[in-house]
Amino acid sequence: MVTQEILLWVRGTGLQIAVAVFVIGMVFRMLHIRMLGRKKSLAQARGSEWSGGLRTIWKRSLVSTRLSARGYFTVIAGFIFHIGFFVTLLFLSQHIDLIRAVLGLHWPAMPRGVIDMAAVLSIAAMVALLVHRFVDPVKRLLSDFQDYLTWLLSFLPLLSGFMLLREIGFEYITLLTLHIASVELLLIVAPFTKLAHMFTTFMARWYNGAVNGFKGINI
Amino acid sequence: MEHETLEQRLHEQGISRRSFLKFCAAMATMMALPPGSASAIAATLAKVKRPSVIWLSFQECTGCTESLTRSHSPTLESMIFDMVSLDYHHTLQAASGHAAEQARDDAMKEFHGKYLLLVDGSIPIKDGGVYSTIAGRTNLDMLLEAAEGAAAIVAVGSCAAFGGLPNAQPNPTGAVAVSDLIKDKPIINISGCPPIPAVITGVLAHYLTFGALPALDALGRPKAFYGETIHDRCYRRPMYEQGKFARTFDDEGARNGWCLYELGCKGPTTHNACATTKWNGGTSFPIESGHGCIGCSEPKFWDAGSFYAPLPAPTADIASVAKTAAVVGAAAAVIAGAVDRGKKTQLQQSLVKLTVEDLKGD
Repeated sequence: MVTQEILLWVRGTGLQIAVAVFVIGMVFRMLHIRMLGRKKSLAQARGSEWSGGLRTIWKRSLVSTRLSARGYFTVIAGFIFHIGFFVTLLFLSQHIDLIRAVLGLHWPAMPRGVIDMAAVLSIAAMVALLVHRFVDPVKRLLSDFQDYLTWLLSFLPLLSGFMLLREIGFEYITLLTLHIASVELLLIVAPFTKLAHMFTTFMARWYNGAVNGFKGINI
Repeated sequence: MEHETLEQRLHEQGISRRSFLKFCAAMATMMALPPGSASAIAATLAKVKRPSVIWLSFQECTGCTESLTRSHSPTLESMIFDMVSLDYHHTLQAASGHAAEQARDDAMKEFHGKYLLLVDGSIPIKDGGVYSTIAGRTNLDMLLEAAEGAAAIVAVGSCAAFGGLPNAQPNPTGAVAVSDLIKDKPIINISGCPPIPAVITGVLAHYLTFGALPALDALGRPKAFYGETIHDRCYRRPMYEQGKFARTFDDEGARNGWCLYELGCKGPTTHNACATTKWNGGTSFPIESGHGCIGCSEPKFWDAGSFYAPLPAPTADIASVAKTAAVVGAAAAVIAGAVDRGKKTQLQQSLVKLTVEDLKGD
């Protein structure tokens, strides 16, 4: 199979398989968790579940001021990675082309310099986080295979994407194929690993916030 | 009957030695050969006996021949017919019917093991190859016979090189490339729809000068012409780097010569020499005329989605797959939820209520 045919496959059948696995997996997991259900509380509500839930989703997205140095490093590097990841994902013109082709939605792209910077910072933050995971005894103890696997699966699309944008190391067609394939791998694995946090994070925060909101506790 | 030398032939036609040397220099430059090789090419080409060439046209549109012959005269490309003795070519030969086939048979016998076989068009092999026949014989049969005595085979155009349009899905005639059928002869693929005339000439000049085919890439194409992508040598490349893309064919970006990536240009994934060699006597190439590259020199280019869809766009329907997947995922979750609930109810029912008496125990 020549490179062109592999590219054709990852742009067509491969992407269909990846999207199907991702959507089935994610919808299944999210609905399944939702359907575990809770007993209806018979107590009188002392506050709103909605405002508590939404407030917690928002507040836990901020950097806490009560962190240790290690905590600050993890949170800030994590923020840089996530922001860089989403800037490149949502504002690179090629990605907008893809979204437009699939969903029909589009918006203005960011300048190439901004995207480059976001990608480089994001890659650097990921590398720093990995090194810290190896160096820090507590983190090392807490890490298992899945942590390293999910790190790798998130890192590969970023790295291959940046290499593609700047045509580093390999030919464009090879890099494009690798980039799309790495994203497909991420999509296939995401619902069944910690990467499902892209949705469960908000569910969990909402749940905690809603429970407290119902009791009238402001946290 | 040995053919006359190229020098004699050119002399007869009134082509000056100066023009000939210019041709040799141009060939050497195009193939990125060292500067001194121009004179080596000239010396060799002048002496070499013009080889017999049999040109077989199979499942094709004659675009490759048109490309070669419709270029303005006199051009470098037109000299191909002075470099070789074209003993058989459907479109160009005067003979027809049995006389034409006789010419092919004669050339094959006389120059057995020495002639160059040029092929344009794919070869249909489904149902015994009945979908394309010449003089009552299938293309498959004719190719196998002609390849047997060929010194080398040149697959001209994407159909002969990779299967091309006839090979596109659903490929009703079972069209294949020359290299799918012939494994024991040197084959050079000059892909393109049509290929650049100067590339054909360049490869022939190389073959005549050095007696061997030039260095080839993984797809059997001469590296000198297919070593880089259209994108690599595109004059609009700086626009790509700056993220300046034309959105429609008549917007301000298009008028200002911005990159055509978003309009479906396949330049980044297409290896060919259009951006440097250009077309129509060096006038321009498609991107210069405001249209993106369609990737015609690459395998399966007809099946690679719309010519106007950008490279990041999927080549298959993703939205419908996602919708179906969401329904399947939801249905699976509902079933799993019902099973969970059933288990929960079962467990609740199997609970034995503790009474005070039970706690007292004995």
